[in-house]
Formats: sequence, C-alpha cells, structure tokens
Amino acid sequence: MEFLTILQVLDSTMRLATPLLLACLAGLYSERAGIFDIGLEGKMLAAALLSAAVAFSVGNVWIGMLAGIGASLVLSLIHGVASISFRGNQLISGVAINFLASGLTVLIAQDWFAQGGRTPSLVGAARFEPITLPGALTSVREISQAGPVMQIYSELLSGHTVIVYLALLLVPLTWWGLFRTRFGLRLRAVGENPAAVDTAGVSVKGMRFAAVMICGVLCGIAGAYLATALQAQFVKEMTAGRGFIALAALIFAKWRPVQALYACLLFGLLQAIAVRFQSFELGGITIPVQFMEALPYILTVVILAGFVGKAIPPRAGGEPYVKER
Amino acid sequence: MSLMQKFLGGAAALALSASAALAEPALIYDLGGKFDKSFNEAAFNGAEKWAKETGGSYREIELQSEAQREQALRRFAEAGANPIVTTGFAIASTLDEVARDYPETKFVNIDGWLPEIPANVALISFQEHQGSYLVGMMAAMASKTNTVGFIGGMDIPLIRHFGCGYAQGAKAVNPDINIVANMTGTTPTAWNDPVKGSELAKAQISQGADVIYAAAGGTGVGVLQTAADEGILSIGVDSNQNHLHSGKVLTSMLKRVDVAVYNSMKAGTALETGGSTVLGLAEEGVGVAMDSHNAALVSDEMKAAVEAARAKIIAGELDVVSYYANDSCPALSF
Repeated sequence: MEFLTILQVLDSTMRLATPLLLACLAGLYSERAGIFDIGLEGKMLAAALLSAAVAFSVGNVWIGMLAGIGASLVLSLIHGVASISFRGNQLISGVAINFLASGLTVLIAQDWFAQGGRTPSLVGAARFEPITLPGALTSVREISQAGPVMQIYSELLSGHTVIVYLALLLVPLTWWGLFRTRFGLRLRAVGENPAAVDTAGVSVKGMRFAAVMICGVLCGIAGAYLATALQAQFVKEMTAGRGFIALAALIFAKWRPVQALYACLLFGLLQAIAVRFQSFELGGITIPVQFMEALPYILTVVILAGFVGKAIPPRAGGEPYVKER
Repeated sequence: MSLMQKFLGGAAALALSASAALAEPALIYDLGGKFDKSFNEAAFNGAEKWAKETGGSYREIELQSEAQREQALRRFAEAGANPIVTTGFAIASTLDEVARDYPETKFVNIDGWLPEIPANVALISFQEHQGSYLVGMMAAMASKTNTVGFIGGMDIPLIRHFGCGYAQGAKAVNPDINIVANMTGTTPTAWNDPVKGSELAKAQISQGADVIYAAAGGTGVGVLQTAADEGILSIGVDSNQNHLHSGKVLTSMLKRVDVAVYNSMKAGTALETGGSTVLGLAEEGVGVAMDSHNAALVSDEMKAAVEAARAKIIAGELDVVSYYANDSCPALSF
C-alpha cells in the first residue's frame, strides 16, 4: 500500500472521528457528573437541523452554529430538569430526547423548507470551509509529487475545518479542566459521591446542571459540524448512530479524555477503511464489503465484551441525588 | 373524553374524505424519499405534470420503512385508488402478492422485475445501460487524469447495470481508461446517505478520478456537492441534476421516470397491464441532459460523438452489453 493512500485514509479518519470525539467529550462531562446521557444522538440531530437552517437563512455559518448549540442546550435543559430536578430516570429521558429529535427535526425541516425533511444546500459563508495551513499544498496532484514530510503536512494536518482543530484542542482542555481545577474536582466528586459534595456546601444540582449544559454545548458543535462542515445541508437521521458509537467509545475509554481521543480515532479509522477499501484482498481471500462495514460494530462488541479490562462507571451515575429523606 | 371524541371525529372525517375521492391515481415513493433530486423526484414531477394538465389530484406516500410497502399498497387499493404507481424495484415482490387480491385495481411498477406478471400489473423498465454508455463516453472525453469514477447506491444488479454501461462507454473512447467504482452500501439506507457519498467521492478523487458519475439517489447529492467543492466534474442521474451546481455538473443521465408516471396516470383505468415495457434511447426513455448549465462544459466533439453513438445504438449497430445478460460486466468488475 502506498504511503499517500495511508495518509488519505488517516485524513478521512480525522474528518469522521471529529463528530464522535465531540459527542464523546460531551458524554464525558455529563456522565462524570453522574448523569447518564443516551440522548447525545438526539441533541446532535437537533443541532444539525438548526445550524443548517439558520446558516442557510442568515448566510453565516457561525450564527448557524450558535443556533445549533441553542437547540442542543434546550434538549439538555429538558434532560436536566427531568433527571436532576424531578429525579426521573435518566435513560428514559435520554430515549425520549432521541425520539423527539428524530421526529421533530424532519417535521420542522419539512414545514420550513418543504423539501422532504431536508434543508437546502449551503453555499459560501453558510458553511465551514477547510483551512489551508500556511505553505500547505492543496491539489491532489501537487501533494502526490511532494516529499513525505510535505505530504503529511498538506494531506493530514492541513485542509480541515476549524471544528476539527477545535475538537482536538478540547481534549487537553477537558483533561486540565477535570483533573487540575477545583470545578473539575467537584464535577467528578458529584458523580462519585454527591453526598460528600453536598456536605462541603456545594450545590449538587448546580454542578450537575453545569455538566449537562457543557454536554449540550459540545453536542451542539458536533451536530453543526455534521450539517455545515462534513456536509452542506441537513438530511433526516443524518447522525446515523454516531451518538451511540460515541457512547461506546466513552466506555472503551473508561471515561477519560485522552483515551476518548484514541477510541474515537480508532472508530473513525474503521469507518474510513470501510469507505476506502470496499472489498479488498488479504492473502488470497477477498473480504466482502459487508464485513468491512460491520467492522466498527463488531469491534465495539468485542471491546465491550471485556478486552479493555473492567470499565467502572462513575459510582453515582444514573442515580438522582436526594438531599434528605 | 372530549379529546377522545375529537380523535374519533377526526378519524371519521379522514375516512369520509378517503372514500369520497374515488379512482384517483396513487403514487408510492421508494425509500430514497420524494425529494431525492433524482429518481423519486422525477416520479413526483411526472405526477405533478399530470395533475396540472388534467386538474386532477393524486394520493401519495413516502415509505419510511420496508414494512410499510404492503401496508401502503393495501391502503391505497382499499381506498379505491386506481392506478397505483410504485417506484423502485424493491416493492415488486410485494406488489405481486397484493395485486392478486385486488384484481379490479391496476398497478404499475417502475424498475421492478417479476418472473410472472399478474394481469393487472404493468412493469416499466429502462435501458439505463444505453444512457450510461453515452455519459461514460462524455466522462472519458472530459477526463484529464485518465481516471473516471462511478458511485452506486445500493449494491444491486440494477445499479451494476448503470455502472456497466458507463464503463463500456468510457472504454469505447479510451480503452486504457482507469475506472474506479464504489457502491454506497448494501441496505436501502444507501439511497440516502450523502455523508458517505461525500467520503466516497473524496476517496475516488484521491485515486485520481476527475469525473464522477453518481447513480445513488439521494446519496448522489453528497457526491455532486463534494465534486463541486473539489473542483472536479460530476454526472447526475435520473432527473436533470445539472442545475444543482451550475457549471460543475458535466451532464445528467436522464431516466424519464416522469414520463412513465405521467403516461400511466394519463391512461388511468384504461392502462394496459399484464406485461412489461422497456424504454430505451429509441423511445427517449433514457438520454443525456444538455442545458444552459452545462453548455460550457460540453464540447462540440462530445456532442458529435454522443449523437453518433446514440444513432448507432438505436439502429442496432452498436450493442451495449447489459449486465443482466449474464450477471457480469465485460468492462468493469465490481
């Protein structure tokens, strides 16, 4: 296999891993604070619709992204009120959010644009354009003739949208925030032993709401990335299970930010390989495309079946906090 | 209680309106969705044309899942719709069963194939390989890298049929041309996955393709978008997609689903059934889209070559091998 082909697959990996990574970090904040969130998928979907719709009408992708984040925050708030204030079941609230987003997005898009539940295509400033780093080559032909270092720089590092770089930056930021700040310590404590945090005079509800809102912001960015950077419009169910793959990656990473990056890159790589090598020969045996497409899911199952050791979730996860009985 | 009454009232009103509209034609869209800018949208355009001309109205449904096929067919048949036009090959076997229960109703299927056609069913198919041959020639002539791409939707014989004609056309112009072919997937979701279409297009571009033909329903929207972004040419399918990215879409392989739907609805209950119709270049059932959006991209040389090939195919001098003939393609292996 050529060096450049490998680079191109890795380049595609970066693009495909970004929404997973953002959603995975979103889940990380929420679950570290003790709020399980299987509504990542729904929040991304709502954000994808709103970001594309607003970006199309205003003609500015940044305003579109803010609208997407807003939509995701509203769903987060619903999740928060249901599971923190009213101490409802977090899983049920999450499922409800997924269903709500799945149906509502198509309905709203159909009502606004009447194009069968999709938004019109975004052009120009209404979508994120790839950023070319200084000195990087852009055309495929120039890149294929350049040296290996230049190839890595131009193909792999340059030419992504700003959100890809932002997502990568969020990984060390999340690590620092969670493990090196007072806020992070309290957030983790709320997920492990909320009673202790309460005794120390910190509001458990406040901390949990903060975490759920951060989760909403990140899901909003992930959704906006899908609709305005990876694609140039919203289509129904465009998240295509990415929220759930992100959850699997979160468990795989044992709720740690740097490991979450690795897990998301692995799943992104598997998707990229399935796209690039639809059926390829390995030692005389032709591996069918169906197997390649199933590989990310097979691996998720294999990994979850115990190849990563024991994944212990935050101890107070899934349980609403009751101050006193 | 009053809420319940409202619901019941609403249901009764619906039922009344359904029985009042007798002998309206009905149209069932396949899973790609009504506004896929391609196959199903062509069907919709044909129905709209009929409605506008005759002032009639028609019933329609966009299928959301496999399970709805039979449900939708029976509902329309029970409601007295006639004829019932369905798009997509996948509904054919369901149609076979349902049609026998409603001998008074006429059914039309576009793209389907049945070993034995019931007396009240008409099948309409197209010689897509002929149209694809012509766009394949244009692709090869427009390519500067000597590499052209093909992105199919769901991996089924019909789509291989498209790809096979395309490859033969490209090879006819340049026997040494390199053809990169990919399928989006193996399930019906492959008709509506523009993100994957985009990624496939990027992968093909990095393999050198500078003209990509998308025969993939709604997925093709992503392919055309990426091709336009990356500054290469693309070829649309089924509907005329030249306007989607004016000046960046080389042409579109027209499959006149709209004409088929229009004619079926126009014939109404007098529709001839019990057989299959094949529409090719001669019947103008397939063709190449030329309009103001791609005028600058199409050279006179291309036009002449396409015209010549068209005439030869119609006259029977040039035989484009059909994938169906022996389930394999002489010019391309999938």
